Amino acid sequence: MENPDATQEEIVVISGKGGTGKTSLTASLAVLAGSPVIADCDVDAADLHLVLKPRTLESHEFVSGFEPVIRPGDCTGCGLCRELCRFDAVRVRDGDSGTPGYAIDPVSCEGCGVCVRFCPEGAIDFPERACGHWMISETRCGPMVHARLGVAAENSGKLVSLVKQEARRIALEQDRSLIIVDGPPGIGCPVIASMSGASLALVVTEPTVSGEHDLDRVLALARHFDIPAAVCVNKWDLNPGMTGRIEDYALKSGARVIGRIRYDNSVTLAQMQECTVVDIDTPAARDIREIWKNLQSEE
Amino acid sequence: MILAVASGKGGTGKTTVSVNLARVAGRHVQLLDCDVEEPNAHLFLRGVLQRREEICVPVPQVDASLCTGCGECSGFCRYHAIASLESGALTFPELCHGCGGCSLVCPEKAITETGHRIGVVETSEADGITLIQGRLDIGVAMAPPLIRAAKSFLDEGAPAILDAPPGTSCPVIAAISDAHLVILVTEPTPFGLHDLKLAVDMVRELKIPAGVVINRVGLGDDRVHAFCREQGIPVLLEIPDDRKIAEAYSRGELAVDALPAYHAHFENLLFRSRELYRAIRSEHHADLRI
Repeated sequence: MENPDATQEEIVVISGKGGTGKTSLTASLAVLAGSPVIADCDVDAADLHLVLKPRTLESHEFVSGFEPVIRPGDCTGCGLCRELCRFDAVRVRDGDSGTPGYAIDPVSCEGCGVCVRFCPEGAIDFPERACGHWMISETRCGPMVHARLGVAAENSGKLVSLVKQEARRIALEQDRSLIIVDGPPGIGCPVIASMSGASLALVVTEPTVSGEHDLDRVLALARHFDIPAAVCVNKWDLNPGMTGRIEDYALKSGARVIGRIRYDNSVTLAQMQECTVVDIDTPAARDIREIWKNLQSEE
Repeated sequence: MILAVASGKGGTGKTTVSVNLARVAGRHVQLLDCDVEEPNAHLFLRGVLQRREEICVPVPQVDASLCTGCGECSGFCRYHAIASLESGALTFPELCHGCGGCSLVCPEKAITETGHRIGVVETSEADGITLIQGRLDIGVAMAPPLIRAAKSFLDEGAPAILDAPPGTSCPVIAAISDAHLVILVTEPTPFGLHDLKLAVDMVRELKIPAGVVINRVGLGDDRVHAFCREQGIPVLLEIPDDRKIAEAYSRGELAVDALPAYHAHFENLLFRSRELYRAIRSEHHADLRI
């Protein structure tokens, strides 16, 4: 999915390691930016709405892929589906006495359709699978696209792509030049989908052995997809020596160093009051304003 | 007993709980790091590498001399991992889920399978703890097959602690699906509470019993405690919001080593987890007798 409109800037906030402050920073940047489009791409554990308090304008079901369902009456219990399934998703149906039969475990199933195609009785239906919801909402900073993946559902990458696509459409229609994306943790499928076509990956890390290790992998991912990266160290004063090493490493890897946020309980305090960090004048809020200033200035 | 440590929200302390639990569990415990996108347990348990194995998933390989470009394979594939051109079929291994459907439907028997590397599983020994970790290659999208591969290295006869990835979707399901008990680590903040609710929905869907560890107590409020009470989910341990723990963590030190007072807390967590599992199991057996 390429972003066709070069005038739209798209900043995706990611971290590798979870819990480094992506959402707190994203919410603050959304406030400072004035009128961006906001996309919450952490569809697994979306939290941005807790501080931006959106008013939902529209909600849609997210349908993706198919889910095989065996009709018990037509299943002869031959077991071919179980033999062919690579995902161990065909289980012996319990509850019935005597008659052999199978059922699909939707949690293990990847929806490939092999069982449907090869069932000699044609006893397996293949309806579309509902995997969650996505919403377009209104916040005080601008429109927000967010989503909720179903419990234990698949296709988070596709839902992320859908959220981004909608955010881009709105930006184009409403002539908004900036999209701010709250990304998921990790480096796998939903992260790759969040980064796709972004103009900048803003990486939030922390000065811990985990933060340092995970930054290395997430910067490698950004290079892999040829997306410029900027690094900011949250809770930097927890370990000043390591913060320095992380920044040196970031520069050496070709990333910008965009600022530091100090260890400050006001970040949690803002969350408790359901507002963003920059809504309250605190040391951490000043640090974030500095980061926003640096983001706007050219390298 | 397989004990999984999970959370909806990232950064709540899964790895802290996992590595400290492994340390107090003593010898012959296995620690499986299932956060294959960002494995961190090895940073705290610096062991000696014993074994490294490459993990591959099966992807199609097309014999161009047999392919007629009929389109059966691309018509079947749900993942757009194979395309039919006039010149023959073209594969996209990074999109393939390895279902084997294309080779089954090919009328010319032109498709066989070959391995496509997605990462490694490493086993190391650290003071009696066997650490098994998966490490996903950069740019690989699909973590679940690597998580399942890492789990296949477990010795079923010995106790195991599983450090799961954050979230509630497929990688987490792959990690915790056959655990006996899940410890959900959270923090007493609005984000922590919101994501704990999602994680509780997930373990209920999977029908796995769960207890909660609340980390950084003192930081927020008591809504997480209230939620656990209402839902009848036992709080197995509370870890105070202590900058000393955060600093020890930043240096890669275990809380139970850097701050000996925590040794008893983690021993207690292990004891209470085992008790909870025993209680649930005997309840379950009682049900069966009725």
